[in-house]
Amino acid sequence: MLYSGPRNATPERKGLPMTTTLLTNVLLIDPEAGTETEGSLLIGEGVILSLGDAVDATDVDEVFDCRGLCLAPGIVDIGVKVCEPGERHKESFGTAGRAAAAGGVTTIVTRPDTHPAIDSPETLEFVARRGREDAPVRVLPMAALTKGRNGREMTEIGFLLDAGAVAFTDCDHVITDTKVLTRALTYAKARNALVIGHIQEPGLSAGACATSGKFAALRGLPAVSPMAERMGIDRDVSLIEMTGVRYHFDQVTTARALPALERARKNGLAVTAGVSIHHLTLNEYDVADYRTFFKVKPPLRSEDDRQAVVAAVASGLIDIISSMHTPQDEESKRLPFEEAASGAVALETLLPAAMRLVHAGDLDLPTLFRALSLNPSKLLGLDTGRLAVGAPADLVLFDPHAPFVLDRFAMLSKSKNTPFDSARMQGRVRATWVGGQQVHGKPL
Amino acid sequence: MSFRQNHLLGIEQLAPDEITTLLDLSDEYVALNRAAEKHGDALNGLTQINMFFENSTRTQASFELAGKRLGADVMNMAMQASSIKKGETLIDTAMTLNAMHPDLLVVRHPHSGAVDLLSQKVNCAVLNAGDGRHEHPTQALLDALTIRRTKGRLHRLNIAICGDIAHSRVARSNMLLLHKMENRIRLIGPPTLVPSAFAELGCEVYENMEEGLRDVDVVMMLRLQKERMDGGFIPSEREYYHLYGLDAEKLAHAKEDAIVMHPGPMNRGVEIDGSIADDINRSVIQDQVEMGVAVRMAAMDLLARNLRERRAAASDAA
Repeated sequence: MLYSGPRNATPERKGLPMTTTLLTNVLLIDPEAGTETEGSLLIGEGVILSLGDAVDATDVDEVFDCRGLCLAPGIVDIGVKVCEPGERHKESFGTAGRAAAAGGVTTIVTRPDTHPAIDSPETLEFVARRGREDAPVRVLPMAALTKGRNGREMTEIGFLLDAGAVAFTDCDHVITDTKVLTRALTYAKARNALVIGHIQEPGLSAGACATSGKFAALRGLPAVSPMAERMGIDRDVSLIEMTGVRYHFDQVTTARALPALERARKNGLAVTAGVSIHHLTLNEYDVADYRTFFKVKPPLRSEDDRQAVVAAVASGLIDIISSMHTPQDEESKRLPFEEAASGAVALETLLPAAMRLVHAGDLDLPTLFRALSLNPSKLLGLDTGRLAVGAPADLVLFDPHAPFVLDRFAMLSKSKNTPFDSARMQGRVRATWVGGQQVHGKPL
Repeated sequence: MSFRQNHLLGIEQLAPDEITTLLDLSDEYVALNRAAEKHGDALNGLTQINMFFENSTRTQASFELAGKRLGADVMNMAMQASSIKKGETLIDTAMTLNAMHPDLLVVRHPHSGAVDLLSQKVNCAVLNAGDGRHEHPTQALLDALTIRRTKGRLHRLNIAICGDIAHSRVARSNMLLLHKMENRIRLIGPPTLVPSAFAELGCEVYENMEEGLRDVDVVMMLRLQKERMDGGFIPSEREYYHLYGLDAEKLAHAKEDAIVMHPGPMNRGVEIDGSIADDINRSVIQDQVEMGVAVRMAAMDLLARNLRERRAAASDAA
């Protein structure tokens, strides 16, 4: 299912380092083999030249002892909102790119829910160009599935693919007209395009900003039943079966939706599923006294749901973990909970937050990087996400145990709306490479 | 004196002894309000601003009267018509008012949690006069005072709250308060207006009103808030009245000396029969209004004492 379009996973970079760098005594996290082994890895010519026992340490320009650190394929983050065009005061390609590099994210797959929406080849080319110019990491743009994300007419899927769109999504706008959606999916199938859907029954979830249950009842917040997500997945599975399109559910966040996903898989449909880091590490009670930095879409779920979804990531039923990075300025968050904007920034906190699951014993490191790096790469047909000879040297070196207290004002994102402000976290990125070039961290 | 709050944002933050302190003081103010000379001096020199982002006649009048009886300078701001419509945010409005040095800020807002948010940005005492579907603490306190005075106690009572629980901040505050004081609470209403999550809050939920009212000491009726209806919570007013309207027949299932309460304003013939509302042997609806003024005087008095203490401590430190 590899798409061999014009997009280039290893873009030409000026000043590609001709030096070779050897990292020794490092714990190599290989999500493909499911192993973590101590060894060495040699970077050169933008790729992984050799690793493990095969490394020849002679004629190496730089050697670094990385004892106590882990090396994994860089994170490929599907669903990052960079607020260009339209709201550059919230985030730009420069700030998002640097935040990504600091978080060990080597590829950001951008969302089209900007102003205006990315729904034409011209706007897509703008995004691709801005990404190339300003971001130190790889930028792969997604395009809207319908014009203006209005759910009425499909976009120019063919032209957009030619211009480099890696997937098509209306983001959190659910296309309610199933005739429009069916046609768009049928057309996308013919072009072998990947479609990403937000699963939610929009009638049931209208106006809701919390998940129904004890907490929402106590706080007096309009709430939606978790069943709305199940209804969304059920509807979309029917349409996927009808059209045969390649389809990814952006966020599966409830226990009730998991059996539907499992059935669709067993029936051989080309479906994959993701979940945001926030739904894996936080629950509805974290909202506490109406803390708007915890307002995300879909709303945070019950602890039972959180645990079910974590187990689904561990078992592989849920394929991908993403940041769902959504910058919001202080003004749009300093409002009563119902009126406040949804979303949280997460590029820099994705890995430390995910390490909570590792430290809690829910996931091992290879499983984590299968969901962060390997699976998203496979879904998009990229050659990244692996520790393999010849693969692009998109790598993250991190200390899995280093503790720190997050200070949101120290983050590189232009917007500081993180739910993890002042949280104790464990796991720090020490260095990030994209195409063999170090884009974050002190010179080793 | 045991009242340790800087604000009155909800019942959730109050401890049982604080509730008792507040009700005891309210009793004193009931006596004052019934005297010929109704003036106290607890709020002399203080400024009280009533900010109502949502329509209110009764609550606003009650707070205004309470402030004036205790000597505060009271200003009413009708926020629906003000700058909030011009795009100013709640925080901006709060900062602007804060610059005028109010001492007591009484706030009603259509969104849950809005009063909490506002209280974080000002340095005066904030009283929640109702925020969205969240809390309406002075209503619960005045209901508690009414119950305590008519029943002689505020514990081990069977209390039924009937009607539109889902959209009611009055119901939430009452649930919290009556639980803290160790009463049994029943919620009665159609399942569209009494979501099952409320059972998890320690209440018994009834769909059948006759069953729910059996042997209760107190019947609290809620207003059917038509303005909150997105549409279609109940089939019709007349079916609602048939099933959940309080009439003599249904009330007969309650204890013989059960009292009937309503936070007002009433929809006669929708949630309550007119003859029940006017029955002076059963209905304490007028008493509730009277207790409202006394409870608000007590709440502002206690908050003002704490405010003065805090300010004195701050100037000592400086």
